[in-house]
Amino acid sequence: SLFILCAMYKRGIVQVWSLEQPDWHCKIDEGSAGLVASCWSPDGRHILNTTEFHLRITVWSLCTKSVSYIKYPKACQQGVAFTKDGRYMAVAERRDCKDFVSIFVCSDWQLLRHFDTETQDLFGIEWAPNGCVLAVWDTCLEYKILLYSLDGRLLSTYRAYEWSLGIKSIAWSPSSQFLAIGSYDEKVRILNHVTWKKITEFEHPATIANTKTIVYKEVEKSPSVETERLSFPPPRALASSLFSTQSKYDVSQVPVSLQYIKPAADRANPKMGIGMLAFSPDNCFLATKNDNIPNAVWIWDIQKLKLFVVLEQLCAIQSFQWDPRQPRLAVCTGNSKVYFWSPAGCVSVQVPGEGDFQIVSLSWHASGDSMVLLSKENFCVCYLEREEV
Amino acid sequence: MGDWKTITVPVLSSDSKNIFQYTSDKKISSPSMNSQVLRLPLPSSKSMHSFFSAFCTEENIEQSISYLNRELTTLGFPSIYAESKGKELNLISIINCMNELLVLQHKNLRAQEEVEMQHLKLGSDMDHLQNCYAKLKEQLELSKREIVGLQERDRQLQSKNRNLHQLLKNEKDEVQKLQNIISSRATQYNHDMKRKEREYNKLKERLHQLVMNKKDRKIAMEVLNYVGRADGKRGAWRTDKTEARNEEEMYKVLLSDYEQRQKQLLVENAELKKVLQQMKKDIISLLPPQKQKPKERSEDGPVLSDLEEDIGELNKENMWELSCETVREQLTNSIRKQWRMLKNHVEKLDNQVSRVHSGALNDKDVISREDHEMETEKLELEIQQCKEMIKTQQQLLQQQLMSPCDDDTTLLLQDCYLLEERERLQEEWRLFQEQKKNFEKERRSFTEAAIRLGLERKAFEEDRGTWLKQQFLSMSTDYKHSENVTTPSAFLGSSEQDNRLVKSTSQQRKPHCVLSSSVSAEPCQTSHYTTRNSSSVASKKPAGDDSKPNRWVESDKEETE
Repeated sequence: SLFILCAMYKRGIVQVWSLEQPDWHCKIDEGSAGLVASCWSPDGRHILNTTEFHLRITVWSLCTKSVSYIKYPKACQQGVAFTKDGRYMAVAERRDCKDFVSIFVCSDWQLLRHFDTETQDLFGIEWAPNGCVLAVWDTCLEYKILLYSLDGRLLSTYRAYEWSLGIKSIAWSPSSQFLAIGSYDEKVRILNHVTWKKITEFEHPATIANTKTIVYKEVEKSPSVETERLSFPPPRALASSLFSTQSKYDVSQVPVSLQYIKPAADRANPKMGIGMLAFSPDNCFLATKNDNIPNAVWIWDIQKLKLFVVLEQLCAIQSFQWDPRQPRLAVCTGNSKVYFWSPAGCVSVQVPGEGDFQIVSLSWHASGDSMVLLSKENFCVCYLEREEV
Repeated sequence: MGDWKTITVPVLSSDSKNIFQYTSDKKISSPSMNSQVLRLPLPSSKSMHSFFSAFCTEENIEQSISYLNRELTTLGFPSIYAESKGKELNLISIINCMNELLVLQHKNLRAQEEVEMQHLKLGSDMDHLQNCYAKLKEQLELSKREIVGLQERDRQLQSKNRNLHQLLKNEKDEVQKLQNIISSRATQYNHDMKRKEREYNKLKERLHQLVMNKKDRKIAMEVLNYVGRADGKRGAWRTDKTEARNEEEMYKVLLSDYEQRQKQLLVENAELKKVLQQMKKDIISLLPPQKQKPKERSEDGPVLSDLEEDIGELNKENMWELSCETVREQLTNSIRKQWRMLKNHVEKLDNQVSRVHSGALNDKDVISREDHEMETEKLELEIQQCKEMIKTQQQLLQQQLMSPCDDDTTLLLQDCYLLEERERLQEEWRLFQEQKKNFEKERRSFTEAAIRLGLERKAFEEDRGTWLKQQFLSMSTDYKHSENVTTPSAFLGSSEQDNRLVKSTSQQRKPHCVLSSSVSAEPCQTSHYTTRNSSSVASKKPAGDDSKPNRWVESDKEETE
C-alpha cells in the first residue's frame, strides 16, 4: 500500500497522500452529502465513501475518472465486506424494509449477484477467508445467522434459540473450517464448514473449576525504591517508574472465581455476552471475551475444543489481537502496559513513556514484528525482537 | 339295712356328704376342685382318727363290716366274708382289699397330681396368651393410628403435588402467554419499525434529491494526476463479455474451493479407511482362534466366511477408492462385528479372571493356582533331570573322544576294532589270492596258447615252404605235364596237408587275404580265448611274439575296443 487516506468526517473531506511521490495529492470533497465512513478498496486505487444517513456509497477511482454509486447501503456495523483476496465485495443493502446483499467484482465494480436475505434487520456480513462463503447475521433481537455461497445460494441457516438476545460477534477461523458465534447468553457456538451445524459450545462461567485450565492472574508488584538515591527533581525515567506500577503474572490455583458483573436489565445494548472473538492465525486457538467478566481473556484450544488458558487482568480488557504470523496474543486494558500471551507463557510489558499512556487499541504489523499501540491522542510503535538463533 | 342306715346316716351323712361332696366336686370343675383341694387339706391324723372312729364303733362292727362288704362288692372287690354265709371274715381277702384300696388310692393321688400339674400349666399358658393378646391389641392400635397418620400425610402430599402441578401449569401457561405477548409485541414493533423506516427512506430520498439537485460543485475529486491501476493493466469497459467473464471467474473460484475440499475429504477418508483396515486386522489377530470352541462356531461360521470375503475384497487397492455405500457399509459393519466379538472375548476373560480371584475352581477351563504351581514344579524338575542327563552324556562323549587308552574298556574296544579290520583284511587277502590264482591260470593258458600258436606257425611255415616248393615244382613240371601224374600222390600222401593245401589253394587266389585271414583267424581265436580274463590278462600279457607284433597290436586293440 502506497497511499495514506485521511478522512475528516465532520468536514466531509477525504485526502489522499502518496508515499512514493510526496508532491502527489488528492482531495475528495463530499460536500453536502456528508461523510460517515471511508475506506480503501483492496486494490488500493478506489475509495469508498459512505455519505451521511447512509444515502449512498460513492466509489471514487484514483486511476480513472469514473465514479460509481451504490444505492441504499445498509446502515449497520459491518455493511461492506471484502474477500481476503480482494476480488469481491459484498454490500448489505436495504430497500423497502427488506435486506439485500449485493456482490460486486472489485476489478470493474460490476454487480455480480444481488439477492435478498431472510433477516429481520441485517446486522453484519463477513466473508470466510476462502472467499466462497458469506456469513450474514441478524440483529441481536433475533439469533439467526445465514450462510451464502459466493454465487448467492443460501447454504444454511443456524438458529440457536429464540427470543433472548442473540448474536453479538462472529469470527471465521483462518482455514474457513470453523465459524465461531458469540452470543448474549455468554456462550460461543462453533459451526463446522461441512454441515454448518454446531459442533460444540464454549461456556464462560464465572468460576473455573477444571484443573487442566491455566489461569494467569495479573498482580502488581510494588517497585523497589531506594530512598537514598532519590533526588529532587526526580529524573524522568525514575519518575515514570515511580508512578507506574509494575505487574507480573501469577499462576492461580484452580478453582478460580472471576469478577462477574451483571448489567442493568433495563438498558439497551447491555454489557453482556461474548463481545470479542478472534482465532489465532494457525487455527489452534480462539480468544474470547465475555462482557460479563470484563477483566478476563479466555483462550480456547481448538484442537481439543477445551478451555486452555484464562488471563485475568486488573483492568477491563479494551482490545486484543493475534499476531498475524504466530499464536501470540497482544492484549491491552487501558493502562500503559501491553500484555502478550503465547503457549510458552505470558508477559506484561510496560510501555515506557511520560505521563499517562492509556492504550485503548492495538494493531499488529503484517510481519508480526511490530505493532502500534493507540491511545486517545497518542500512539506508540512497538518493535518485537526476534529470538537470536 | 335301713336301720343301720338310719343309725349311721347322721354320722355318715356328714362324712358321706363330705365324701360325696368331695367326689361330686371332683366331677364339677377342676378349678373348684383345685380350690376344694386347697381348701380341704387331707385331714390330720387326729381328725382322721376321729373320722375313722366315727364310722365304726364297738356297737356297729357287724353293720359296718357288712356295709363295707357291700360297698366293696359293689366296687368289684371280692367279698371280705368267708365263703360261707357266716360272719367269719376272710383276713386274706380283707388284706387284699385293703391293698387294692391303697393301690387305688395311690393311683388316684397320682392322677390327681398330674391333673393338678396340667391345670397349672394350662393356667400359665392362659396367662401368657392373655398377655400376648393384650400386647398385640396394643400394637394393632398403634399401627392403626400410624396408618391413619400416614394416610393423612399422603393425602397432604398429594394435595401439595396437585398444587405444584397446578402451579407448574400456571407457570407454563404464563410463559406461553408471555411468549405470545412477546411475539405479538415483536410483530408490532417490526411493523412500526417498517413504517418508520419507510418514512425515513422517504426523507432520505428527498434529501438525496435535494443534494443531487443542488448540483453541488463541491462534490468533486481533485487529483493531481491519475494513478495507474494496481495490477498495471489498463481499465476496460464494462460489457456483457466482461460480465460473463466475471461470472465465469466466480464459478471457477467456487469450483476450485469445492475441489480442494473434496480432495481433502478424500485424503481424510482414505486415511480413515486405512486405519479401519488396520484395526480390523489387529482385532482379528487378537481374537482367539474360533475352531476350538465348537458351540460358537455356528454363530461365527458365517461371520468368518464373511470376514474372509471382506478381507479378500477390501484388500484390493481399487476397492479403497470406491466410496459407494455398500463398500463403506461393509467395512463399518465388519469392524463393528469384530469389535463386538473382541468385546465379548474380553468380557469373558474378565469374568474368568474375577472367578479365579474369588477362588471358584469349578470351571474346567480355569486351572487353579495350586495345580498350576504343581505343574510348573513338575516341569522344572523334568527340566533339571534332562539337563543332568545331557551333562552326563556330554561328559561321556568327551571322554570318548579325547581320552588315552588307559582304560580296559577302551582297549577292548580297540581290540574289537582291530579284529574287525583283520577279518576284513583276511577276506581281501583271500580274494586277492583267488584272483592271483586265476591270473596264473590264465597266464599259463595264455602261454600254452602262445606255444601252440608258435608250433602251428612253424608247421604252417613248413607247409608253406613245401607248398611253395611244390608249386614251383609244379610250375616247372607243367612243361612236362603228362609225366607229373605222380605228383598228386605226393599231394595225397598228406591228406591233412592236402586239405590244408586245398584250403590254401582255394584261398590262394587272394594271397593277402588268405594269409591274413587264416592267420588272423587264429590270433582272433586266441584273442577270443584270452578275452575271457580280459582285464588281468591285458595287464599281464607277455611281451609276446615279436614276429607278429602287428597282429598282437591289433588284437590288443580289439581287446581294448
